[in-house]
Amino acid sequence: MTRVHDMGGRFGDGPVDPSPEPVFKEDWHARALAVTLAAGALGQWNLDTSRHARERLSPKDYARFSYYEKWISALADLLEENGVVTRDELMAGQGAGPSPLSGRKLRADAVAGALARGGPADRPVDSAPKFAPGDVVRTRRPARNAFVAGGHTRLPSYAAGAVGRILHHHGAHVLPDANAHGRGESPEHLYTVVFDAAELWGAPERAGDEVTCDLWQSYLEPA
Amino acid sequence: MPHDHHDHDHAHAVLPPDPALRVKAIETILTQKGLIDPAALDEIIDTYENRIGPKNGALVVARAWTDPAFRAALLEDATAVVAELGFYGRQGEHIVAVENTPEQHNMVVCTLCSCYPWPLLGIPPGWYKSDAYRARAVREPRKVLAEFGVTLPGDTRVRVWDSTAELRYLVIPMRPEGTDGLNEDDLIPWVTRDSMIGTGLPGRPE
Repeated sequence: MTRVHDMGGRFGDGPVDPSPEPVFKEDWHARALAVTLAAGALGQWNLDTSRHARERLSPKDYARFSYYEKWISALADLLEENGVVTRDELMAGQGAGPSPLSGRKLRADAVAGALARGGPADRPVDSAPKFAPGDVVRTRRPARNAFVAGGHTRLPSYAAGAVGRILHHHGAHVLPDANAHGRGESPEHLYTVVFDAAELWGAPERAGDEVTCDLWQSYLEPA
Repeated sequence: MPHDHHDHDHAHAVLPPDPALRVKAIETILTQKGLIDPAALDEIIDTYENRIGPKNGALVVARAWTDPAFRAALLEDATAVVAELGFYGRQGEHIVAVENTPEQHNMVVCTLCSCYPWPLLGIPPGWYKSDAYRARAVREPRKVLAEFGVTLPGDTRVRVWDSTAELRYLVIPMRPEGTDGLNEDDLIPWVTRDSMIGTGLPGRPE
């Protein structure tokens, strides 16, 4: 099964507070975002590894940390696991000498280009897509990473084992389940699948409402 | 593989508990190691605080309202169309535009994290990243919409788009009534951020 971040459909969270607020509510929020992006630019991990690092914070930490606390805590874990900083450096709060990776440092004049370039996730593949728009499919159940126990996956639990219809095919994209775990990009065909709300929730808020998920081919079987 | 360490094994646990100090410690260490340039951090922050935000998306929507060929191209291949306007980049590599109609209202969420079309809307607001929105938007979108002051006609279907891959969704709201005489520039301020997420409707600027 998956983890605490997989909260779609959960009961008990109370109202959403849509009050306006600045882009960064606190200075350290801005700093946390910027440090995370700049550290990512060192190229020692990918977006999927980074998402998984936040997801595998302990459930207790995930629940009590604010949004950017999750980011910086996961960043500290990634920095150490990838040998970019040591435990001693983290404990001391001081860097012990220059890093061999310092040539990869994101310079201020390279920021605009790096942000504008982004990191597209589509990849060419030779195989034909297994499904076409209109096809009826059933998702994997339970939602899980098929390679690594407790590993990263992008099939939400609420949509596991559900029957839906292919709405769009998007070509092939990097498979997060593999890419988050050093297993290569393993691109697979990606589809938008639409589910009837009654299929997901039993008693929907209103008959005929729908939810879509973007799902990789290996998450799906014909139904 | 480092998957299931206990709490006390985590690197982050040795950092100061105060999050502002925690981020400062990481910034200091990485700067001392020659791995980050504080000026680059300032540049990243300035980009998302002042340059990239919902005004980009509002331009796209206002143009879709006034230029039928643009609208058609946007619905066909939004990534290419917004890239021509300079709105390509991080967290916006694969854009899909979804249009509201009297039959269907679209609303966007990321239940698993906080995926959001940065080049068009900037950094997501706090509520978009909140547990309450992530948990509830898929199961009870109408109750969530009511908390935003939005009530839909009973015969309008809600379709909630859960951003589970690298596709990023932009909602094209319906053009408000009574705006027939307005051009693109006039219409831009009518397009609110929330109307492009699907939790709001466009409205007369204050």
